[in-house]
Amino acid sequence: MLKDQDRIFQNLYNDLGPDLTSSQKRGDWVNTKEITGKGRDWIINEIKDSQLRGRGGAGFPTGLKWSFAPKEVGTRPHYLVINGDESEPGTCKDRDILRFEPHKLIEGCLIASYAIQAHVCYIYIRGEYFVDGQKLQAAIDEAYEKKLLGKNAAGTGWDLDIYIHYGAGAYICGEETALLESIEGKKGQPRLKPPFPALIGLYGCPTIINNVETIAVVPTILRRGGKWFASLGREKNTGTKIFCISGNVNNPCNVEEEMNIPLKELIEVHAGGVIGGWDNLQAVIPGGSSMPLIPKDKCETLTMDFDSLMAEKSGLGTAGVVVINKDQDIIKCMARIARFYKHESCGQCTPCREGSGWMWRMLERMAKGEASKDEIDMLGDVTKQIEGHTICAFGEGSSWPVQGLLRHFKDEIKKRNKFDPIVKENKNIPYLVDQHLLDKNA
Amino acid sequence: MSLRRPAKNQPENFEFNASSLEAAKSIVAKYPEGKQQSAVMALLYLAQKQNDNWIPLAAMKHIAKFLDMPYIKVYEVATFYSMYNLSPVGKYFVQVCTTTPCMIRGANKLVEACKEKISEHESVLSNDKSCSWMEVECLGACVNAPMMQINDDYYEDLDKEKTLKILDKILNGEKPTPGSYRGRVNNEPENNRKTLMDLKNA
Repeated sequence: MLKDQDRIFQNLYNDLGPDLTSSQKRGDWVNTKEITGKGRDWIINEIKDSQLRGRGGAGFPTGLKWSFAPKEVGTRPHYLVINGDESEPGTCKDRDILRFEPHKLIEGCLIASYAIQAHVCYIYIRGEYFVDGQKLQAAIDEAYEKKLLGKNAAGTGWDLDIYIHYGAGAYICGEETALLESIEGKKGQPRLKPPFPALIGLYGCPTIINNVETIAVVPTILRRGGKWFASLGREKNTGTKIFCISGNVNNPCNVEEEMNIPLKELIEVHAGGVIGGWDNLQAVIPGGSSMPLIPKDKCETLTMDFDSLMAEKSGLGTAGVVVINKDQDIIKCMARIARFYKHESCGQCTPCREGSGWMWRMLERMAKGEASKDEIDMLGDVTKQIEGHTICAFGEGSSWPVQGLLRHFKDEIKKRNKFDPIVKENKNIPYLVDQHLLDKNA
Repeated sequence: MSLRRPAKNQPENFEFNASSLEAAKSIVAKYPEGKQQSAVMALLYLAQKQNDNWIPLAAMKHIAKFLDMPYIKVYEVATFYSMYNLSPVGKYFVQVCTTTPCMIRGANKLVEACKEKISEHESVLSNDKSCSWMEVECLGACVNAPMMQINDDYYEDLDKEKTLKILDKILNGEKPTPGSYRGRVNNEPENNRKTLMDLKNA
């Protein structure tokens, strides 16, 4: 288990209070001026050395992303945008940072803005987190009052303004370009890439977009050194991560742990075990609803990091672990996830807009045992036609969980849906258009 | 995609009152000059708050004028995002999360409770017109499942009995206390905490 002194989010459970005074006692804002005094290149290199990967799901190296921002500010200003749209089912880590560790985020915003030369930072928070957003706003106001933000923020000589922008219940706005559209006051429909936001982003200006957790760990990494962060976890999958363990466990919780922690330890030690015991485990969704599920036999030895989950044809995503035990109907669980994607598709690309509905309806019928044998392969075919044929990664996100179900629980679906399609049955059905096909067989 | 339609009975006029107008001006100031369209989402919230939790078409027209943008663009935004209510939802708007993590912990019991107490069907006002309920997608409090949101507040770690009690309160016009209803502190593993114990015991 990770040592307590290596935990970045000391106030994850709000034992100490989120206000500025207690945050400063925990080490926030202590020597911000010294950090920025070492220069942009040092900051970006230190983040590169730490091998920090984005915590929002895709796991893109943060240092590399920052280095994409133009070195010189031209006629267009630079922007930093923080993605706090957390809507992935199974994930609720950013909410705790917003309400209990807001100063880590704000200080991270200042350092990151300095590194990419932005004077304005927008924090995009999902509309449902209004109360938590108000807590962050209170912390921002506090920081302005103590001159940690605004002109010459925290004595660094850098001017920074931070504004909160609330979303309004669209999952797709967690996609970075949809998020930019949303800040611009439009429908949240993703943009084609390239051009990438680092060059043409918010209002057509260079924009760097990072997840809340990514930015919130930056000050601690720079204080303790990239080497310290890289010493946790394993190569290319370094540092700590907040895991959200929900579903059929005895003590669902958020916990900060080292990357590469065994899944079994996460469930058994921190979350108090599966309801009904480990043998009652059916499957685990390891990284929020868009990652394919993993059946029990693989959960024994699985370790939780980007690359080892990729090797299992799944992914770490946002590290929202959803535990499903044998009391649940796995097909129904996945049908509900498919319904989520059907509801949240932005409607821009046809394969996703139509396909997400097809997948949901087919899975609903499969859960009831009303589908024919053929439809199982047809469903797989539908997922393949969505995946890779859309502007953003929503297509993958909606089809991967279904593919995961087909990969690991095909037998279960077959057992429930064993009849032949009606066209192959030798019946005299007066309204059947394809009657001639039956006649041929007869 | 979800299908969303404006209400049939629409008020003739809508204008921001003094406090909304002041708030609207300070919101517009957050964005660069000439980019006032960015404020449309926040202004729709203001209109929704001022107009008993829902946005009439007149408000969209008012906002379009206020921000100097086409009405259709405001309409697009208001119909795209699911948190803008296009028809009356009552003073208390109950949203029950039923996505998988909540579903497998018994969110359907919460739905049953809403059906018993508020109305048989979702998005239908209760008899006294004070509240309505609907099923929504993930609200981002999965480790506190099952949960529901009433207006801005989260009510977590529920079961059917607790939900019935909460609903009784709002039907009496009282505001129940938000947070966990199993007495746990935030998102810690209840009775099983293994980390940061020095801070807990301090």
